[in-house]
Amino acid sequence: MIELAGIERDFTVGDEVVRALDQVSLTLPDGDYVSVMGPSGSGKSTLLNVLGLLDRPNDGSYRLHGEETTRLPEEARAALRRDHIGFVFQAFHLVPRLSAADNIGLPLVLAGVEPHARDARIHEVLESLDLLDRAHHRPDQLSGGQRQRVAIGRAVVMRPGLLLADEPTGNLDQHAGSEVVALLEQLNASGITLVVVTHDPTIGQRARRRIRMVDGQIANDSGADAHA
Amino acid sequence: MRTPDLLRFASSSLAGARTRTLLMLLAMSIGVASVVVLTALGEGARRYVTGQFAQLGTHLLIMLPGRSETTGGAPPLFGQTPRDLTLDDAMALLRARSILRVAPLTVGNAPVSRGSRDREVTVIGATYDFFPIRHLSVGSGQPLPLIDPQRSVNVAVLGSGLRRELFGSASALGQWIRINDRRFRVIGILSQGGESLGQNLDDMVVVPVAAAQSLFNAPSLFRVLIQARSGQDIERAKTAARDIIRERHDGEDDVTLITQDALLGTFDKILRALTYTVGGIAGISLAVAGILIMNVMLVAVSQRVAEIGLLKALGASERQVLRLFLVEAVMLASAGAALGVVIGIGGILLLAQLFPAFPIAAPLWAPLAAVAVAVGTGLVFGVMPARRAARFDPVRALTGR
Ligand SMILES: Nc1ncnc2c1ncn2[C@@H]1O[C@H](COP(=O)(O)OP(=O)(O)O)[C@@H](O)[C@H]1O
Ligand SMILES: [Mg+2]
Repeated sequence: MIELAGIERDFTVGDEVVRALDQVSLTLPDGDYVSVMGPSGSGKSTLLNVLGLLDRPNDGSYRLHGEETTRLPEEARAALRRDHIGFVFQAFHLVPRLSAADNIGLPLVLAGVEPHARDARIHEVLESLDLLDRAHHRPDQLSGGQRQRVAIGRAVVMRPGLLLADEPTGNLDQHAGSEVVALLEQLNASGITLVVVTHDPTIGQRARRRIRMVDGQIANDSGADAHA
Repeated sequence: MRTPDLLRFASSSLAGARTRTLLMLLAMSIGVASVVVLTALGEGARRYVTGQFAQLGTHLLIMLPGRSETTGGAPPLFGQTPRDLTLDDAMALLRARSILRVAPLTVGNAPVSRGSRDREVTVIGATYDFFPIRHLSVGSGQPLPLIDPQRSVNVAVLGSGLRRELFGSASALGQWIRINDRRFRVIGILSQGGESLGQNLDDMVVVPVAAAQSLFNAPSLFRVLIQARSGQDIERAKTAARDIIRERHDGEDDVTLITQDALLGTFDKILRALTYTVGGIAGISLAVAGILIMNVMLVAVSQRVAEIGLLKALGASERQVLRLFLVEAVMLASAGAALGVVIGIGGILLLAQLFPAFPIAAPLWAPLAAVAVAVGTGLVFGVMPARRAARFDPVRALTGR
């Protein structure tokens, strides 16, 4: 369960203050499937970063599984990110010198998981992604769709409850994009809460719950009534 | 994060930037190697000088007429001139149990000739004991005769260079030469290479001390070499020698005694200081290497902003990112230091091959200190880039803002 209440996020550029998030309140039950759409600069990425504990709001409350996160020290927020949250980026952000398997294993390495348990888990993930034969390829030896699948594997290798994807198909062609969406939906079907920021209406429409943002505010939320 | 994983991740990022890594290794290893080689040269110089002193003679005391200013003491009240240091004074020293041998010396320059060839050379007046005290060996013939030092006998032992100049390929033993128009018979030739502390005995001639005194009309000795019975006896011999001379000179303390050990100690101190200085100067190149490491790590950090953001998004804490970059810098420095020690030792072995006479040797502390400084440098200069990396805002890092 995720509860945002009265979230504000301001950025100061020169002497101008940009309000990227303006009084955003949102409740996501576990296993929800949400798409976030809206014009460029409307605060979608900022919302995702706040949800992922990468960014700290200036004001408001963010409770993750009942725990207030906005006042936690950085170390504790890093631990929450590691254990409960997975990120998927438009630009994949794979480490170029590491193989697909090592990229997927990176969160396990950071968490100090033993090599034996780690290898078993990486194998499991590679298998579910149908990428076993690409395990030792480096990112530059993979197609865009494969890279994004590796990135998704890395996002879920710690079995997080929340998966955040910021325009995950933005750098992919139609075919690879729908494969990636199918994979994300499959993960959601197995219980993970999924939030996808997208520009693509056909992808956005697939979500159970659709949020539209304008100027840092939630202009429309198809699921708002259900959870009010 | 487990330590092996930390090391593996750091080495993978070092391997990823090969050129940069190699350049850094080069800078660090040159720094360490120069510390190792230069201190080894300094240490070699120290050993060389120590060896030269050992050649001069063992357990040696040198007595000079006149009171050295540096030994302190009030100036004489009645303005006496120092008494001569005579042959009798010198021989009286043998009364002391702690004194094994005594060699009274008179030194002067005089023309030495044979037939039409002549040269101005240094003439040393000495006794039989001069040879064992100075470790001089006679190549052919014999040393000065073992006679009463007061007896003036006109015989001479030639340095090998002087022999060559006067006699060429002809035999010199038993032949006559002239020193200051007095005839001396050649009874021995010194072995070649009788060199100590820059004095080359090859071009000198040694005659009995009484003969030299009459040649130069010098009643006072130039100095007296005193050999103590053992290392422990040096101090005792010094006291005894001073007492005997004081007694003979009506209570005046008018000679100067120098122990070889004191001289040696001074040289030793100077050369050690020199070694430290040279090592320190070479150490500056380590600091330069450290600054290079900092620079390169800063570049690495700015090139890997997205990676740092990613690591944070994946749950790495600031401390973990800090540690990653620090480990990278220290690994780089350590590898460079290890390489530098290998290069330095290689350089020393090479120099030892090229100059076998020079006792080059790395003092043990030098490579240890160099490696410690190198690793410390990596740590210190790695902190700033690592902190910068750790403090990156992950959102900005990932979006490249
Ligand atoms: N780090 C930042 N510094 C300054 N302004 C920012 C920063 N991040 C976002 N913004 C501003 O906040 C607003 C929302 O940005 P963002 O959430 O990235 O929009 P979206 O993802 O919907 O395109 C924009 O006006 C953007 O310029
Ligand atoms: Mg965006």
